[in-house]
Amino acid sequence: MGYHLWIMVLSNEDNRVSKHLKDSAPTDSEVILGILNNSEAALKKLYTAYFPMVLQLIINNNGDADDAKDIYQEAIIVLYNKVKAGDFELSSKLKTYIYSICRRLWLKRLTQINRYGGDIRDFQEFLPIEEEEVEQHNDRNVQFTKMESALKLLGEPCKTIMEDFYIHNRSMQDICERFGYTNADNAKTQKYKCLQRLKKLFFQQK
Amino acid sequence: MPAEAEEIVFSAKIIGDKEMTDNQLLETIERYLNGEMKADERKKFELLRKENAEVDSKVVEHKLFLSLLKQYGERVELESRLNAIHDEIDVHTLKEDLMVHPIWIVQFWRNHHSKISVAASIGIVAFLCTMWFTGKLSSNTNSEIIGLKNKVNRLEGSITTQGRRLNAINSEKSKTAADKYSATATGFAITSDGLIATNYHVVEDASAVSVQNADGVTYKAEVLYTEPQHDIAILKITDKSFQKLGTVPYTFKRADGALAEQISTYGYPDGYPSYLPGSLSSLFGQNGDTLHYKITMPINPGNSGGPLWDSRGNVIGITDSKEAHFEGEHFAIKAKYLLDAIKNIPADSLEDKVVLNKKNTLSGLSETQKTAKAKNFVFMVKVY
Repeated sequence: MGYHLWIMVLSNEDNRVSKHLKDSAPTDSEVILGILNNSEAALKKLYTAYFPMVLQLIINNNGDADDAKDIYQEAIIVLYNKVKAGDFELSSKLKTYIYSICRRLWLKRLTQINRYGGDIRDFQEFLPIEEEEVEQHNDRNVQFTKMESALKLLGEPCKTIMEDFYIHNRSMQDICERFGYTNADNAKTQKYKCLQRLKKLFFQQK
Repeated sequence: MPAEAEEIVFSAKIIGDKEMTDNQLLETIERYLNGEMKADERKKFELLRKENAEVDSKVVEHKLFLSLLKQYGERVELESRLNAIHDEIDVHTLKEDLMVHPIWIVQFWRNHHSKISVAASIGIVAFLCTMWFTGKLSSNTNSEIIGLKNKVNRLEGSITTQGRRLNAINSEKSKTAADKYSATATGFAITSDGLIATNYHVVEDASAVSVQNADGVTYKAEVLYTEPQHDIAILKITDKSFQKLGTVPYTFKRADGALAEQISTYGYPDGYPSYLPGSLSSLFGQNGDTLHYKITMPINPGNSGGPLWDSRGNVIGITDSKEAHFEGEHFAIKAKYLLDAIKNIPADSLEDKVVLNKKNTLSGLSETQKTAKAKNFVFMVKVY
């Protein structure tokens, strides 16, 4: 009798904590295919399915909700890029992979801000994550930060011209109309001027 | 004959126009990378690449740079998609569910055990001393003490009443002193530096606006931004005497509130502060529109623009009495539209980016405590 009760209490507790995690978690292959097909719905399902798990990890280990958002989004981006690049092999459950990446990233952040007390309270099983797995991602982040500030320094209209042409693949004609250039040659000259400056600003940064 | 590009480089060198050279070389490289060259031109260019190390390194650099720029664009887009998804999550509620709390008494003991020990030992020493000096405490002195206490309480009570009377007189004074507003409504702080949300219909056609805080102090304000289609207006307190409020105690909830949830508002119907409880009766407004909630709450015209709180103290909407049609049936604009409006404020009309409070300090408090805390962030909007 007492035995029975104990089990009930335990599973109740478990339900309370993980009820959000179980809500319509997508299957792993659904997620991977979804990412490959640029499916917004799959991304949303993925995001909402595992955020509570990561929030739980972070807020019970010296972090707040904003930290959880940052770390979780980084992990999703790592996964996303790996899947897109075609070098993601699902050797464990996706959930475990995401938890492990977040755990790794959070440990690193905690150490950086001197808040790491030596142990971490875990809520899921996890895999060892090798340094290079997150290192590559960090390198790319550094490059992107440089690009962001170079674009900011570049100013308008150059910034928009660069974004329109090189990121959004808008045609030169579109850009001419948007910025009121009377002929395509002027716009072209302006575009290359902007590009030269952008490169200079980018490479000047340490 | 070398490739056209070299010709360009050569001719430009003679002219001495460095910029032209670079631009045209870049253009040639781009055409090459995009596969826009014809076979023979391509061959010539590849030959030039082989012979001229400078051109070759330019091609490599350009290719890498453009792909980085492209990837950067993709990252920005992905991040904004993720942020949009994130905004739909009710992080606050989740957080409360997922936080591992030790039992409160354990936590209390952990945080305060040293203080408790000191207090307890002082208490014991004091008790022993008293026992020593008085011998024993008679029941007579005991009741005297209680009587005194009551008297003091009564005195305190009369002081507060007088204080209140004084306040009332003061506010009457300030009202008559050239403060001739034509209408009043309610507004509430979005940020501690004086951004106030209210209804658009409140400030529509206003020649000036001001806001009055819970202590009866009036500050000049201006209409910073409006979205008439959502009946939302954002005011900014511009008065020099205005000092920053403390941290806003409530948060804003983008997700829909729960049906039948207990809700409340605080505002200035008829120009006097009042608290009103109610319940969330529909997630749809009139004729099923998704801009409004239907609420059961006895609000009055002056309640327009007030904060609608859920039971945890999240702002889930703006009370909007304009839409009232039937007895007891009222509407509130969903907080989602307010959040969007805040995002839409043109950057050049703001000194700083709007940073909304993310920590709800009302959650778990009684209605009395909640209202006492939040009322300092709710203002009477006066329209001239």
